[in-house]
Amino acid sequence: MWQALRVTQSETSAAVQVAGATDQAVVAQDLKKNYKEIEAVRGVSFDVATGEIFGFLGPNGAGKSTTISMLCTLVNPTAGSARVAGFDVVADQARVRQRIGLVFQDTTLDDYLTASENLRFHAELYGVPRDLVPTRMHQVLEMVDLWERRDGLVQTFSGGMKRRLEIARGLLHSPAVLFLDEPTVGLDPQTRSHIWRYIQELRRREKITIFLTTHYMDEAEYCDRLAIMDKGVLVAIDTPEALKGSIGEDRVELHTSDDQQAIQRLEQHFQLKAQVSEGAVAFHVPGGEQFVPRLFAELGVPISSIRVSRPTLDDVFMTYTGRTIRDAEATSGDRLRATPWMRGRGRR
Amino acid sequence: MAAAVDVPVVRVAGGRTGDDLRALWVVWKRELIRFRRNRMRIITSLAQPVLFLFILGTGLSTVISTADHFNFRTFMFPGVLAMTVLFTSIFSAISIVWDREFGFLREMLVAPVHRWTLVLGKCLGGATVATIQGAIMLALAGLVGVPYNPVMLLVLLLEMMLTAFALTAFGVMLAARISDVQSFQVVTQLFVLPMFFLSGAVFPVTKLPVWLGVLSKLDPLSYAVDPLRKEVFSYLSIPPVIRHTFDPGVSWGASQLPVFFEVGLVAIAAVVMLGIAIRQFSRPS
Repeated sequence: MWQALRVTQSETSAAVQVAGATDQAVVAQDLKKNYKEIEAVRGVSFDVATGEIFGFLGPNGAGKSTTISMLCTLVNPTAGSARVAGFDVVADQARVRQRIGLVFQDTTLDDYLTASENLRFHAELYGVPRDLVPTRMHQVLEMVDLWERRDGLVQTFSGGMKRRLEIARGLLHSPAVLFLDEPTVGLDPQTRSHIWRYIQELRRREKITIFLTTHYMDEAEYCDRLAIMDKGVLVAIDTPEALKGSIGEDRVELHTSDDQQAIQRLEQHFQLKAQVSEGAVAFHVPGGEQFVPRLFAELGVPISSIRVSRPTLDDVFMTYTGRTIRDAEATSGDRLRATPWMRGRGRR
Repeated sequence: MAAAVDVPVVRVAGGRTGDDLRALWVVWKRELIRFRRNRMRIITSLAQPVLFLFILGTGLSTVISTADHFNFRTFMFPGVLAMTVLFTSIFSAISIVWDREFGFLREMLVAPVHRWTLVLGKCLGGATVATIQGAIMLALAGLVGVPYNPVMLLVLLLEMMLTAFALTAFGVMLAARISDVQSFQVVTQLFVLPMFFLSGAVFPVTKLPVWLGVLSKLDPLSYAVDPLRKEVFSYLSIPPVIRHTFDPGVSWGASQLPVFFEVGLVAIAAVVMLGIAIRQFSRPS
């Protein structure tokens, strides 16, 4: 697929159409980025399917923002290549930019303009056809609950409202891929859960691919697939479920009418070693939820209650990186926070 | 939940001329919206030239004695027009530094349009705003003994437009290199004020010591102030001696520069600085 796209990419407009309509919204091949002697991203490869919510999980300084900046054509890779919405991020910058929406960590709104003026500015820059602008503005503002506030100056908005407005703006030109760099950082839990509702609503309504970075474990759970990044490399990539499954077994706790008999049956019939712990029969098994129906059918001892607990993403992160995400945050500091190209214009 | 929402298919900008023009237009329009909304800025940027004209001008006229009751404020008037345009243009251009600080610059730079449209839009926007401010000052002509001649007003307006455009391009060129708001003060002190003082806006620069005279001739603003003054003075009836003192013109060696030449210099400078600004903003990161 990759090879084929490469060949057809620059031939005819029909070929470009084919390339643009690929099933892979993002394809990254051995992407690398060095800033002087610092290796921010050390060769990452992954695919994101069209329509997926794909998350980059990792502490600050892991290289998430740098990776996203390369995919958004803001930073040129030192080595490797990437295609977004079917186009190469270096050779076909403009085409990539037309097809992506961006929401950055830091606000990029004009405080002196109203919400709708900010959107109209965006519509003009992205060449949204004039006759579609009002409809489209209405849609995106409704989606983020800001239609009533459309004529309010952005400087009067709260942090959460600004972020919602940015999401609305990122969607205005109907991008194929929406990049969200830490979309909820610095927001209160209620606003964060609202924003996640919008993101899921979005995928349902607009059928777009969502690529986001986060360092919140609870948010990572919302993603269809997750890539764990640490120190510039991807250490794992899979669905949150599979990631949690990959690190071992679920814990099952049972209350039965006869615990001793239950333990015996578990050992003889299921070859599982169980013990009584805090008044319940406890044991470990891979795929705990799938095991429950079998347990009810075959245990032969009445069960009054059952509890299956999963390993958390914290456990997953710990397994793959050898430390918790909080420890990682504490040691990495703000080494490569945000997009370095922005503030550093004068220095580079 | 409601039935699936009909999502219009949007064709996005694809490097066509029409798309570039829309981008240019909206960047220009943003400057005007911001200008209109910021009343304080309109007032403060008019206060300075008004103070110069009516307080400094009046004060200086008490120590500069001319036989024929020549009003020193009349001399200062074209200089003060240039001053209004100068400060408004630079302020507009430098707002790019604020845009960078507050992130909005990124919204512009990631857009799928050519960078020249953004830079040109910004320069035209700043120039428009500065010309409007200049036009407001122009309305005060009668108070300092300058007649309201329609042709003169039109010529002054056109000259101010060109000057405003050149100065905004100059400011944008500087802003590309400034990464923080603090440096703005430095730019003002280091470039804008010397440019202003050496341009002949507030005093005739003919009798300056050689080194200052040279600097004055190197000052691009000199070539914008002189045409404004020549235009104003051509509508005044004053004795030749006074005209010679207060409207000396700019000369290279022995030859006086004609107005069209000066205007041409400003136009060339504008184009060159615009080109540099565009190149700076088009550099890949």
